Amino acid sequence: MHAEEKFTHETWPASPERATLEAKNKFLGFWLFLGGETVLFASLFATYLALKDKVPNAEQALAKDLFELPLVFIMTMLLLTSSLTSVYAMYHMKNFHFKKMQLWLGITVLLGLAFLGFEIYEFNHYVHEFHHTFSSSAFGSAFYTLVGFHGAHVALGLLWITTLMVRNARRGLSLYNAPKFYVASLYWHFIDVVWVFIFTVVYLMGMVG
Amino acid sequence: MSTYAQKKGFGATIWDYLTTVDHKKIAILYLIAGGIFFILGGLEAVFIRIQLAVPDNNFVTAGQYNEILTMHGTTMIFLAAMPLLFAFMNAIMPLQIGARDVAFPFLNSLGFWLFFFGGLFLNLSWFLDGAPDAGWTSYASLSLDSAGHGIDFYALGLQISGAGTLIGGINFLVTIINMRAPGMTYMRMPLFTWSTFVASALILFAFPPLTIGLFFLIFDRMFGSNFFDPTMGGNTILWEHLFWIFGHPEVYILILPAFGIFSEIFATFSRKRLFGYSSMVFATVLIGFLGFMVWAHHMFTTGMGPVANAIFAVATMAIAVPTGIKIFNWLFTMWGGSIKFTTPMLWAVAFIPSFVAGGVTGIMLATAAADYQYHDSYFVVAHFHYVIVGGVVFALLAGTHFYWPKMFGTMLNEFLGKITFWLFLIGFHLTFFIQHFLGLMGMPRRIFTFLKGQGLETGNMISTVGAIFMSIAVIVLLINIVITSVKNEKVGNDPWEDGRTLEWALPSPPPFYNFKQLPLVRGLDAYWIEKMEGKQGMTPAEPLGDIHMPNNSIIPVIMSIGLFIAAFGAMYHNEHSWGIPVLIGGMLITLLSMFFRSVKDDHGFHIHKEDLLEDEDKGGKA
Amino acid sequence: MANQQPTSGNPRVDIAYRKKKNAEEMRHQVITFALMIFLTLVAFAAVGYADFSGWFVVPFILLLAIVQVIFQLYYFMHMSHKGHENPQLFLFTGVLVGAVTILAFMTVIWW
Repeated sequence: MHAEEKFTHETWPASPERATLEAKNKFLGFWLFLGGETVLFASLFATYLALKDKVPNAEQALAKDLFELPLVFIMTMLLLTSSLTSVYAMYHMKNFHFKKMQLWLGITVLLGLAFLGFEIYEFNHYVHEFHHTFSSSAFGSAFYTLVGFHGAHVALGLLWITTLMVRNARRGLSLYNAPKFYVASLYWHFIDVVWVFIFTVVYLMGMVG
Repeated sequence: MSTYAQKKGFGATIWDYLTTVDHKKIAILYLIAGGIFFILGGLEAVFIRIQLAVPDNNFVTAGQYNEILTMHGTTMIFLAAMPLLFAFMNAIMPLQIGARDVAFPFLNSLGFWLFFFGGLFLNLSWFLDGAPDAGWTSYASLSLDSAGHGIDFYALGLQISGAGTLIGGINFLVTIINMRAPGMTYMRMPLFTWSTFVASALILFAFPPLTIGLFFLIFDRMFGSNFFDPTMGGNTILWEHLFWIFGHPEVYILILPAFGIFSEIFATFSRKRLFGYSSMVFATVLIGFLGFMVWAHHMFTTGMGPVANAIFAVATMAIAVPTGIKIFNWLFTMWGGSIKFTTPMLWAVAFIPSFVAGGVTGIMLATAAADYQYHDSYFVVAHFHYVIVGGVVFALLAGTHFYWPKMFGTMLNEFLGKITFWLFLIGFHLTFFIQHFLGLMGMPRRIFTFLKGQGLETGNMISTVGAIFMSIAVIVLLINIVITSVKNEKVGNDPWEDGRTLEWALPSPPPFYNFKQLPLVRGLDAYWIEKMEGKQGMTPAEPLGDIHMPNNSIIPVIMSIGLFIAAFGAMYHNEHSWGIPVLIGGMLITLLSMFFRSVKDDHGFHIHKEDLLEDEDKGGKA
Repeated sequence: MANQQPTSGNPRVDIAYRKKKNAEEMRHQVITFALMIFLTLVAFAAVGYADFSGWFVVPFILLLAIVQVIFQLYYFMHMSHKGHENPQLFLFTGVLVGAVTILAFMTVIWW
């Protein structure tokens, strides 16, 4: 099967994300990359846990002073929902419904943007209300690095998905771009996986003390 | 298709190499760049030995000495040993599994250029503000207090070249999993391919902790964070853990491919199947796995407590078991074989006792209680040079002689090769054997001079004499390369006459598409099987058809230059106002070239059947 | 190919079968999503309800997170499908290496 070939509903393969050798390579290579990312985030989590609440003096805010459940809850719901919407997008990709796929990806991007907006508000809030900054303590450095790395992943994911949507808006699905969409959605789910641990380990465990 | 052109101008050749995505040409780039860094690191080693030749020497100052020893270690590990191994992995592994290229040719090129510009950045420190001076391990308590920009060069340079290595690792893994020729099952893969596979997996999991550790160092030094600053709640030990979680697997990333090269050489020149193939594979995987569980044996004296020390000591000693399996398998491969002592085989035979000596001192160091005595002494220096030079460098030199004809189509001179071998072997043992005793006599590691009358004069003099022998050996090798290249006597597909694996079925050097028709693999040592049945080449597994090839691209170079520029911005942003704009500008160059790559379709091109047939008439045979 | 469907020779029948199968899978995805939301609610409630001791809440919410991530990996990221042996191998090796790192940072770094 050639990458440039035109398809109809009938000829579209069952697993377009793995239909050519290039696609198979991309698929596997990206999963391996996610294996490496797992170790990357594990190192960040390990550092955060080692430096949690390590501050130079008693005036500095600790985890239990900073975090508020409602804000984290909203952010969690936004990101979890965006994971489901990207599943919908891939469902339509497999059924060769390009327009519907684009629509669901668009919703995913909007939810991701909202998440990012809340995160910026959150960081701003900590800096101005609590003087909890990147440089104020080791705890601050570890917190902003872990959550910020995740935020940077979200931002990159948004850029990536938007680029794909715009680039392919006029030409529809092919075996050349289907694996690209699929891999981008894998990346998006992985961002969600990391967030599940961030809201549990950083925020919820931070509230417990 | 530039490769079809017979004669090209100098500029065209340079452009060809800048844009190439062919794994064989990228291998040559790795070999040249790695070779230059190897000579640079070797020069630094010579300076170290000159300084330590006599007591109270002032050939270099204490500060310069710190810079030289730091750059020697960093250059040799990151910029010489690994890229040289990557050269052989790129040149040989795809041929061994019967693939036309690696899985991601574009990323292959990007990996090389990231490594190259990272290494260039690191070495520019010599001309700008002084080189890093906190040792190749760059422990945070030292590196945070280091004045000037040396450590910044270290952290940013390694970050860039590390990204290249990670990309290379993923690329090799996918290539081996997805692109093996018909019949090439996992348990028919040559040992060099297997060790490439395991080493690449180690790269995938070991480099992220280094990336994180380097980010922390960059943030602490340049952006005001406090990860390693105890006065702000930080912890300097974090760096040591992150560094060694990477650093210990790193030594296996180096030694496993070396084992792979030797396994090929032993089987080839004993003219026997490798003894205990499946146990070799098992041992390789097991060493890779255990390699992740032992990092804290570098930190016995930091005070982790007796329980942690005991666990890591036992885990470390356990690695001796799979390594022992390998040693015995190599010995049994030679046993009863009809051995030919070619240059590569000499290196392989000399490797066994040299490496075992390093392994034995490894067990001594793994004994946590005894390690309190050996720690930071020349005994440690002797130990790791025995494993890394006796293991990795021997393999690199053996591999250079062994694979030279496959990469360049000419044979290195055997007589000069043997001179290189004997000079290097003698020099190596002269230099490092005596250092065990210097260490036990109390000479500390990383010391820039010593006093008269402490009994260290003779040992250090002998060590320096050994270094001179090794230098001459490398010079002889360079002369050999020049003579061979000038003579340019082309050889056939199987110049050693005993080639066993698929790469020897191809012309030397192979055509840019490697295999006209993918070969059918009928067992371990695929080419040997066909030869023993009297066939001239491999049985094809597919009819002759069009071959799909990737397009060349300059984008990897531009992407790497973007990060190179951004690194300067990050480094100088605290003292110059242009820092931040340059940082952002460099990042934009990289991001925009990624964007360009993503938006512009690249379907590659096809070589047509007719062109392939025509090629055959001209004498190229696959 | 790993995930090839049985072919009847008639493309229209195959299409109908595949569509049905995809729709069924999508239904499972929505159920998975509902479960994930439920687990998240339980975790937030456990923390918000002040009477539980930390010794109960921390392991409990960690367990909920792990279950939720397994849902995410196996259903949303299709790791339960055929042809994911290598992704599983490498992802779980990554998890193992990461777990050892976290364990070490929580046990042998104490000063």
